[in-house]
Amino acid sequence: MRKVAIVGLGQTPVREHWGSNLRDLAVTALRDAMEDAGVETLDGVTVGNMLSGALSEQEHLGALIADYAGLEGVEGMKIEAACGSGAAAIRMAVKAVASGLMDSVGVVGVEKLTEFSGKFSTASLATAADADYEITMGLSFVGINALLMRRYLHDYNYDRNDFAIFPVNAHHNAQYNPNAMFRHPITAEQYAKSKIIADPINILDSSPIADGAAALIVVAQENLSQFKGKPISILACEVGTDTVALDNREELLWLKGAERSVKKAYHVSGLSVKDIDFYEPHDAFSIMTALSMEASGFAEKGQAIKFADKVDIGLKGKLPLNVCGGLKGRGHPVGATGVYQVVEAAQQIRGEVPPELQLERNHIGMIQNIGGSGATVITTILKKIGK
Amino acid sequence: MDIPRYWRLKDQRYRLQGRKCKDCGNLSFPPRLVCQKCKSRKSVPHEFKGLGKLYTYTAIYQAPDRFDPMVPYIVGLIDLEEGVRITAQVTDVLPEDVVIGMDLEMVIRKIYADGDKGPILYGYKFRPILKKMTA
Repeated sequence: MRKVAIVGLGQTPVREHWGSNLRDLAVTALRDAMEDAGVETLDGVTVGNMLSGALSEQEHLGALIADYAGLEGVEGMKIEAACGSGAAAIRMAVKAVASGLMDSVGVVGVEKLTEFSGKFSTASLATAADADYEITMGLSFVGINALLMRRYLHDYNYDRNDFAIFPVNAHHNAQYNPNAMFRHPITAEQYAKSKIIADPINILDSSPIADGAAALIVVAQENLSQFKGKPISILACEVGTDTVALDNREELLWLKGAERSVKKAYHVSGLSVKDIDFYEPHDAFSIMTALSMEASGFAEKGQAIKFADKVDIGLKGKLPLNVCGGLKGRGHPVGATGVYQVVEAAQQIRGEVPPELQLERNHIGMIQNIGGSGATVITTILKKIGK
Repeated sequence: MDIPRYWRLKDQRYRLQGRKCKDCGNLSFPPRLVCQKCKSRKSVPHEFKGLGKLYTYTAIYQAPDRFDPMVPYIVGLIDLEEGVRITAQVTDVLPEDVVIGMDLEMVIRKIYADGDKGPILYGYKFRPILKKMTA
C-alpha cells in the first residue's frame, strides 16, 4: 500500500445558505481545494452526502458535481453513511490512492439542511436510525441521544449540567473560526437554562442544522513533488461499525464501533492515545463527546467529564478538543461534517488557522466522525510530514 | 403511505413476534435472518410475553412532523423478561413519574395517523403494570 497525503483544502462557511444550491457549494469547496493543491484535473471524485435526495430532490451527485466542477468525464460517486458520510468519502479516496488504482482523488462533503422546515429536516435526519423499529416509535435523532444521556447520568451519577463543559468549550473556540456558524461564546449558566428538546438533552447540547461544503485532495506521498499545496500525512482513516439500532447493542454506553475504528487506526498508524496532540470528537450532542472519548481510550468508562476537566480541553490545555468549534460551534451540515473536521485539523497542522486557534502542540491530530448513534465510526489520524 | 410495510410488520407490531435460533436458542427482536450470536440461518418465530423493565427513557418535546400532535411523549428502551431489549413508547404515565427500572407491560395503541384521511397505525407501547382486580 502507498502512503497517502492531503495536498489541497477548501471549505465554504457553514451557514443557512439560502442563496446557494447544493452543487455550487460543493463546486466552490472542491475548486478551492484543487487550486490549493495546484491541480487542473483529478482521477476521481467522491462526494460525502446524506440527504440530497430527501431535501434537495437531487441524487446522482458524483456525476453532477464532477460536471459542474469542470471535471467532465471523471469518475464520481456519492458515499453515504449518515452523519459519517464525509469521512466515509475520505476513506474511499484513501483506499483508491493507497491501492494504486488512482493517483489523485478529490473528496467533497456537502449538505443542505435548510431547504425545508426544521421539522422536515429532523424527520429526514432520523433516517440514520432503524426505520422499522426506532423511528416509527416516535424517536427523533435527538431522542436517541437522549436515551444514551439519561442512562449515562443514571449509571455514573452525573448532573445534567456537568455536560456544559463540552458545548462551552466548542462555542469558545468557534468565535475565532470565520467559517463557524455560531461565533459567540456561551456560559454554563446559559446551558443550565436552555430549552429541553428531548429530556435530558437541551438545545445547547445539540449541534445546529446547517448548510456547507468542505473538500480536500488525496494523493500518494511518492508523488508529492507534483503538487503545490502543503502536504499533511494521513496515517490512518479507519472504519468500525455496530448495530444501527441502540437496543440491539451489547452495551448501551459503549461505542463498540468507535472502539473498533480507533483500534484499527492506532494499529495502522503505530501510534497510541498518548501521541495525540489534539482531538476532534463528533460532538453532534454533548453525550457523544463523552462516549467517544471513552471508547477511543482517552478516558475510562464514565470518566470523560472528569477527565476533560482535569486535562483541560481548552486551547491551552493538555488535550484541546473541537479546536475550530466542533459540530456544536462550527455547525453540523451532516454529510459535509467529516470533511470539515479533517480540513480544519489539516489547517491546524499546517499552521493556517486563525492565531487564536493555533495550538502549541499541533503535529498529530485525531478526528472521529460518527454516523448515526455510533453505527459507523471513522477515525482519521493526521500528522505533520517530516516530524 | 407505506401500506405493505405495515402489513409486513403486523406480527411484530401486534404480537411482539421475534425469532428463536434453532441452533443456539438465542432470541432476537426484531427478527433477524442471521443469528447475532452463532450466525446460524435456522430460526423459528418466537412471541415475547410483553413484560419488562425500563432501562432508559426520554421525553420528547420537539418531534418529527407526524408525532408533533403528541408532544411531550415518552420513548424508552425496555428490557423484556426474556432478555431482549426493545424500543417503544411508554404510555399512561406522566413524564415526571417515569423512573428507570419501573415494571412495564405491552399494550396495543395508536402510534400515529397518516394525515387527516389516511389510515391509523397501531402497534405496541408499554405502560406501568395495572394492578389485577381481585374478586
